[in-house]
Amino acid sequence: MPLTLTLTPTPSQTVGPFFSIGFDPLAVRDIASTHPSDERERITIAGRVVDGNGSPVPDAVLEIWQADANGIYAHPEDAHSDSAHTENHLDDAQTGSAQAGGAHANDPRQRATSQPARSPAFTGFLRVPTNDAGEFRFTTIRPGRVLAPNGALQAPHLAVSIFMRGLLKRLVTRIYFPGEESNTSDFVLSLVEEQRRNTLIARRTSANSGELEWNVILQGENETVFFEV
Amino acid sequence: MSGKTSAHPQLLGYRRPAPGTQPEYLHPAYISSIKRAPTKPLVHLPQTISEITGPLFASEHASAKSCDMTRGSSHGEALGERVIVTGRLLDEDARALPNALIEIWQANAAGRYFHKWDQHDAPLDPNFSGVGRAVSDAQGRYCFVTIKPGAYPWKNHYNAWRPAHIHFSIFGPAFATRLVTQMYFPGDPLLESDPIFNSTADENARKRLVSTFDPQATVPETALGYSFDIVLRGREATPLET
Repeated sequence: MPLTLTLTPTPSQTVGPFFSIGFDPLAVRDIASTHPSDERERITIAGRVVDGNGSPVPDAVLEIWQADANGIYAHPEDAHSDSAHTENHLDDAQTGSAQAGGAHANDPRQRATSQPARSPAFTGFLRVPTNDAGEFRFTTIRPGRVLAPNGALQAPHLAVSIFMRGLLKRLVTRIYFPGEESNTSDFVLSLVEEQRRNTLIARRTSANSGELEWNVILQGENETVFFEV
Repeated sequence: MSGKTSAHPQLLGYRRPAPGTQPEYLHPAYISSIKRAPTKPLVHLPQTISEITGPLFASEHASAKSCDMTRGSSHGEALGERVIVTGRLLDEDARALPNALIEIWQANAAGRYFHKWDQHDAPLDPNFSGVGRAVSDAQGRYCFVTIKPGAYPWKNHYNAWRPAHIHFSIFGPAFATRLVTQMYFPGDPLLESDPIFNSTADENARKRLVSTFDPQATVPETALGYSFDIVLRGREATPLET
C-alpha cells in the first residue's frame, strides 16, 4: 500500500453550557407533519437525561437522524434517495418510478421494480434540547427499515447524537421500537450484550402506541448503551 | 460476507480516529466530565447506511459573501477587535468538503455570553449576539466576520479561565462526520492550563484547534484575519464490513 500523507482530523471539544445560542436557530422538535400523511405513523418520544448522580441534565441536546417511512434517507448516498438519481449510483436506483406504499414498500430488495419516491420535505433530522428538568420530547414518524452491510434489513431505528457540557465529544446511540420483532435479529442490537439491549428500546407509556418513553442514563447500573461509530 | 444483493451498494465508511487524536470521555481535570462520561465500554458500531448518510442543510442556508468587507462590517457597532475567521473544511485526505453547514457561537469581547445562564460580571453588548452560520463553498472555504471573544472565568478549579475560543459545529457529509469543536487563538497563555484544550493527548491533534494569524486574510484598516482549517474523518478505501 503506498504511503500517503493524511491530515490529522480536528479533535472534538465540549459544546459547553451555552450552546443554545448557536443551536436554537435550527432546533426542531416535530417533523411528523412534513411527511406525507398517507404513509406516516406518528410517534412521540419523551424522556429525561440523567447523570451519574441521578440528577437531571438541563443542558443537553439530542440530535436525531432517521429514514422516512419507506426506509429512505434524505441523502445522495442512499441509492434510493431522489438525489442519488442524479449521481448515477446504481442501475436499479434509476428506475425510480413512484408508487403508493404497499406491503413491500419497506423492503429495499423489492425496490428494483416497485420504488416509492423519497418524501422530499421530510429531512429526517431533529434537534431537541432538554428543559430545566432534564426532559425532552419530540415527534416524528416511524422510520422504515434500511439495509445492513450484510444485505439483511435493520430493525427500524433512530440514530442519536447527544451533546452537553461535560462531554468532550458527542455520545452516539440508537432508539429502537417496542413490539418490533425484527429487533431480535438486528445487525446492531445483536452486537450489544443481551441484558443491556433494553436501554436502546423505547417503551410504550400508554395504550396509544404512538406515545413512547426513552431515557438517557449517562452512568450506572442502567447506563444507556453508547456506540463508537 | 454472504447475503449481498444487487440492491445493496458497496458503501464506504469513515475512518476511525487514531489513538490519542480525540479526547477521552472521562477527563478528570475537566470536572463536569466526571458525572457525565459513560462508565461502561462503548460498543463498536460497524457503520451502516444510517451512519454514512446524514442531514444536509446547505440548500436552505446558503450564505453568500458573509465576508464581503467592502460593504462595511456586518457587526456594525459591536465592541471589540473585529476579526475575520476563514479556512477550509477538508477531510483527512485533504479533499474539500463543499456545501457543509457550519454554526458558530461565542462570548463577546468582554468574555460574556448572551445566555441566561452566564452571569459573569462582564458587560453584555447589545450589538453582539455571538451567533453565526455559514456554508462551505465549492473549495470547502468558509468565512465569518466577528469580534475576538474575551477569556472568561469558569468554576472548574480555582482561578480557572477559558482561553478565548469560538465554538464550531460542523455537519459534514455524514452522521459519522458530525463534529463540534472549539477554535483557539495563537499564543494564548491560557491554553497551557486549560483542561478542555488539553484533553486531547496527541500534540499534533491539539494544534489543529489553534487558529493561525493570517496576514492574507487581514483587511487593511478593517479586521485581523485568522485562518482555521477544519479536518473531518476521511473515507475508508474498502467497503463496509459485514
